[in-house]
Amino acid sequence: MQRVLEVSGLSRIYGRGCARCAGETGPAFERNVCPACGSVVAVHDVSFHLLPGEILGIMGESGSGKSTIVKLLNFDETAGGGQARFFDGERTWDLFGLNSAERRWLRDNRMGTVYQNPHLGLNLDISAGGNIAERLLMNNVLSYREIRERAVQLLARTQVPADRMDEHPRRFSGGMQQRVQIARALVTNPPLLLLDEVTSGLDVSVQARILDLILELQEVLKISMIAVTHDLGVIRLLASRTIVMRYGRVVEAGLTDQILEDPQHAYTQELVAAAL
Amino acid sequence: MRPKRARAPASHGFGFLDENAKREVRRALMKAVAIPGYQVPYASREMPIARGFGTGGLQITLSMLGENDTIKVIDQGSDESVNAANLRKFFTLVCPGVAGTTRTQDASIVQTRHRIPERPLRSDQILVLQVPYPDPLSFVEANGARRSEMHGSANYARLWTKLYEDMVTFHEIAISHRYPARIAGHYVIDPSPIPRWDVPKLNMAACLYLFGAGREKRIYAVPPYTSAEPLSFSDVPFRVEDFKDARGERHRCARCGSAGTFLDELLSPDGSRTFQCSDTDYCSQILEAKPCKGS
Repeated sequence: MQRVLEVSGLSRIYGRGCARCAGETGPAFERNVCPACGSVVAVHDVSFHLLPGEILGIMGESGSGKSTIVKLLNFDETAGGGQARFFDGERTWDLFGLNSAERRWLRDNRMGTVYQNPHLGLNLDISAGGNIAERLLMNNVLSYREIRERAVQLLARTQVPADRMDEHPRRFSGGMQQRVQIARALVTNPPLLLLDEVTSGLDVSVQARILDLILELQEVLKISMIAVTHDLGVIRLLASRTIVMRYGRVVEAGLTDQILEDPQHAYTQELVAAAL
Repeated sequence: MRPKRARAPASHGFGFLDENAKREVRRALMKAVAIPGYQVPYASREMPIARGFGTGGLQITLSMLGENDTIKVIDQGSDESVNAANLRKFFTLVCPGVAGTTRTQDASIVQTRHRIPERPLRSDQILVLQVPYPDPLSFVEANGARRSEMHGSANYARLWTKLYEDMVTFHEIAISHRYPARIAGHYVIDPSPIPRWDVPKLNMAACLYLFGAGREKRIYAVPPYTSAEPLSFSDVPFRVEDFKDARGERHRCARCGSAGTFLDELLSPDGSRTFQCSDTDYCSQILEAKPCKGS
């Protein structure tokens, strides 16, 4: 079947690294700090793929390496090893073999990222509309009227009241900031969306509305997404397939229902039991 | 080395700066002309005026002046303001053989602050602008390394976003001076604090424009016949000051009567307002050319 993203052997080590790093860390040793050199093995030998229109969940506790994966795919950090191929229509991009101009173009045009903290994804000193405009301006849309129209459309789609589009997002509630972030990410119609803990830190009713919005976007726009979260509820609701990470390794991967109903790995069992 | 006929003051050579310093500035100038709009770093020297008072322009001019040059200095359009008069005097003092002038068409080099002369400059003339803040991106990005990267990849979306915010807040672009302009389709420059009126003069001009920022240690250039487009939206065109009164009529210069120049608004003690050409040399020449009244 056709794929949107194919990641294989992805690795990232913080520190100088040594020959023993890979062999002496991971779930079997219950650590991700190398005993020999003290480097942190954030992600090691992670492989997965993403199908068109699918939401893939990446689940794990703090420090399991799930956010590092998003940072690597989003070019916020440089991968230490492995390959990631992004299939965008006719073109195939080898994500870790690009120059900085190509990386920037892909990130500004063909990918969207929604961060847990709106400070990272939004410029809070310019209006909500301005945040959306910026992404269009990066893509050389230079008609003021067109920019306004697109911003109104996107904010309506993400349920931000149109009469607040010229206000600074600093004055918005957390949920609304998140919706502006999603609008900004979507404005270039990217085929790939990276969601990094989008609902963490929001109250439950707001969480539910954001999750509804994400599902609706998937339904209508057929965007492929990677949702990183530590929240089983989010995984259950959004993801059709899930990978479970611990100490930088994938410990279990498969259909979400299967993982939640019949967890195989001891850590997943613990996680599911704790949530229920 | 050029032969020296007239003698420079004993404390320093011709042109105040030592020859190596001048050579370094000229090398930066060559690079600036070769890469239109690119900010070339250079080692800004100590000058006998404070940084921020035109040391960037001063160093460029001193590095270029030869014995047969004629220099004009403008400050806000005027030849006679303290800054302009003193700089002109300084040039003629440290560069024996160089003549000072106030007439734009007689000058081979014009050093200016805040204005470009109304009379178009010829291809044998050079305009040197004093620049306080060379980087237009400093408004929107505090990190210098990231700014260089943005310049390199011609990533000016944030500047345009600022224009968008202006449109949202004021329904027009609210930049009165230092209007960012894109040079030869790539680098965006801060054209120094010239009014919007002067920005179109950078585009496809016959003369060479050189920009020197002494405090920030940058030199850049707009070579002759190079495009300079002020940033704008496709449906919100760039416009210059119109100087219209409440009835929609354009103010005229109270002195020479011109209706096609950049005007200064003067408030008299009784509260009345008059308008006068900001370019005093242009104004005076128009006045001189008029037949005398009553004789």
